[in-house]
Amino acid sequence: MADAKVIPFDDDRSRARRRPSRADGEAAAVRALPGAQHGPEEPEGPGEGPAGAEAAGGDGREAAAGAGSGVGGDAGGRAGGWERRLAGGLAFLRRRVTGEYEVDEFGYDEELTDQVLMSLLRPLYEKYFRVEVKGIENIPDKGGALIVANHSGTLPLDGLMMQVAVHDRHPAGRHLRLLAADLVFVLPVVNELARKAGHTLACAEDAERLLRAGEIVGVMPEGFKGIGKPFSERYKLQRFGRGGFVSTALRAGVPIVPCSIVGAEEIYPMIGNAKTLARVLGIPYVPITPTFPWLGPLGTLPLPTKWTIQFGEPIPTDGYAPEAAEDPMLMFNLTDQVREQIQHTLYKLLVQRRSVFF
Amino acid sequence: MGRVVLVTGAARHLGGRFVRRIQRDPEVERVIAVDAVDPAHELGAAEFVRADIRRPAIAKVLAEHEVDTVVHMDVTGTALGAGGRASVKETNVIGTMQLLGACQKSPRIQRLVVKSSTSVYGSAPRDPAVFTETTAAKSLPSGGFAKDAVEVEGYVRGFARRRPDVAVCVLRFANILGPRAESPLTEYLSLPVMPTVLGYDPRLQFVHEDDVIDVLRLAAHEPRRATLNSGTFNVAGDGVLLLSQCARRLGRPTVPVLLPAVTWVGTALRTVGITDFAPEQIRLLTHGRVVSTVQMREVFGFSPRYTTAETFADFADSRGPGLLPPEMLAGAVDRLAGRLAPAATDSLHHGA
Repeated sequence: MADAKVIPFDDDRSRARRRPSRADGEAAAVRALPGAQHGPEEPEGPGEGPAGAEAAGGDGREAAAGAGSGVGGDAGGRAGGWERRLAGGLAFLRRRVTGEYEVDEFGYDEELTDQVLMSLLRPLYEKYFRVEVKGIENIPDKGGALIVANHSGTLPLDGLMMQVAVHDRHPAGRHLRLLAADLVFVLPVVNELARKAGHTLACAEDAERLLRAGEIVGVMPEGFKGIGKPFSERYKLQRFGRGGFVSTALRAGVPIVPCSIVGAEEIYPMIGNAKTLARVLGIPYVPITPTFPWLGPLGTLPLPTKWTIQFGEPIPTDGYAPEAAEDPMLMFNLTDQVREQIQHTLYKLLVQRRSVFF
Repeated sequence: MGRVVLVTGAARHLGGRFVRRIQRDPEVERVIAVDAVDPAHELGAAEFVRADIRRPAIAKVLAEHEVDTVVHMDVTGTALGAGGRASVKETNVIGTMQLLGACQKSPRIQRLVVKSSTSVYGSAPRDPAVFTETTAAKSLPSGGFAKDAVEVEGYVRGFARRRPDVAVCVLRFANILGPRAESPLTEYLSLPVMPTVLGYDPRLQFVHEDDVIDVLRLAAHEPRRATLNSGTFNVAGDGVLLLSQCARRLGRPTVPVLLPAVTWVGTALRTVGITDFAPEQIRLLTHGRVVSTVQMREVFGFSPRYTTAETFADFADSRGPGLLPPEMLAGAVDRLAGRLAPAATDSLHHGA
């Protein structure tokens, strides 16, 4: 019952967020018009003059139509928005080609992530996996937090989708900084993109540095055991490493947000593992799925499952003394608590799920 | 009574600058500049002693001039004049051993400053993103200057144990850049077309040579109030630049090369003698290296005047434009903007 109340609220907010942007576009069109009007008065280059006049004429016609009907006004807004986006894109290109942008000490390129990398992942997030996000309000608006999630799906798409979810849905526009396996930083191209997207090596030093800087850090403590588990063991959480993430959160004094991801398990159903090949290639596993490697490149296409990402109630850690991080018993208990909470939420979400694909 | 400062490696550009600068400090009575070769530059009022620190004669120099502060700057990656890698290694390692041996015998020594490098951390994909002074390198440098620096620091630690009455300061400098600083990295950045490792964009940190001189001065004097200048400190400018950013700001095109091929190209270039592309340089240009400078700010009490980006801008100005100057590219984008959307160019200029 409570869920039924929450979902429309969420929808409301996303609609409300979309509305002002359209109003912005209209305002831009109004602003663009004066500039367009004095367009024909500038007889510059022979190539530029006519094009400018044409654009101005087009705008003028649309604006005139807009005065008559509401539909035309919308079209004018779209043209203004398009022009503004072009200008923004060119300004972005200018900064890129001259190298005048900033990265942080982890190599995180916020501008590139916002403008390019997230836009590349968004179709996958919105259209392909149709990710439904619940409990985004459990991520604090300010300060650090450690998001602990289950890991599955042969390729770490779940981490990337979680990053898009936090980026697009969180009201404070927070960025998720993922902790990735060392394999990521060995591979060429992958390591470059991972660093630019704000990921860093899953080690206590990096995690603590990010948390102390007030960042939201995402970790998947199951690691390769989780992502490379056979299809028959889907949604069964594996061992949570050595629980280092709990002591890191404790030392930094940030809450732990458990996160359950449903849908990622079925994207590449792993029915076998070519262990010898994996050892030769030096990677943890080589998956064999019903489609891979039989269908060749087509087999690398993930199945279009319907995803749900639920962020759970935060578990506060600021009540513990600093030396509590050295207490193994407490660490094991807290690790178990986080693990249990994720597992229970997974079962609950699975019961609610209508089908794997819808 | 003023101090007597002995500076090794005075024939190099940085050593010479430091010698000229420190003699102007009021606490300093005399400066003894030491190197195995005659310096090409002025050393001001400093006394130049031609001595090879690899020989025991250095002990006599220490005793003769009643030296109480030693600034050891002769730990470098490149040979001065003739001499290959073997003689560089000998100067770095054997020279440091001899110098420390001489210091240990000298009752007057009160302060030792050693110029080291952040290359002691190595560069590996399995390392944390940011190194602090206490981080142990996952993979110790296997050779080259980085290994020398690791060994030098080991001997310095041994000396500090045996002579606890001497204040020992080890300064780990990030890549030193400046209008006149020269290192394998500056040679690399001066190539008309920069070969890079395909699929890797390393994070780099730079420190300006002016800041290097200031840090060395602070370390060579008595600590100021509420600061401590003995121990090990990372020294680097604020911020980080990616290699791709560096290439674009310099206006030099890059050629991505596969990692195995880079090693081959490096060897080829080294054979031809264009640049000294050592394996450790390739690792730095593959995985990058960033160090934390919190200790430098809060304990040592030094804030660099130049950030990494400013240091690099100063370096880029001194090198002249590359084949694709950033101004030209920016102009091209502006023209494109003018062609595509005349109205949009306004907002482009207002926005930028």
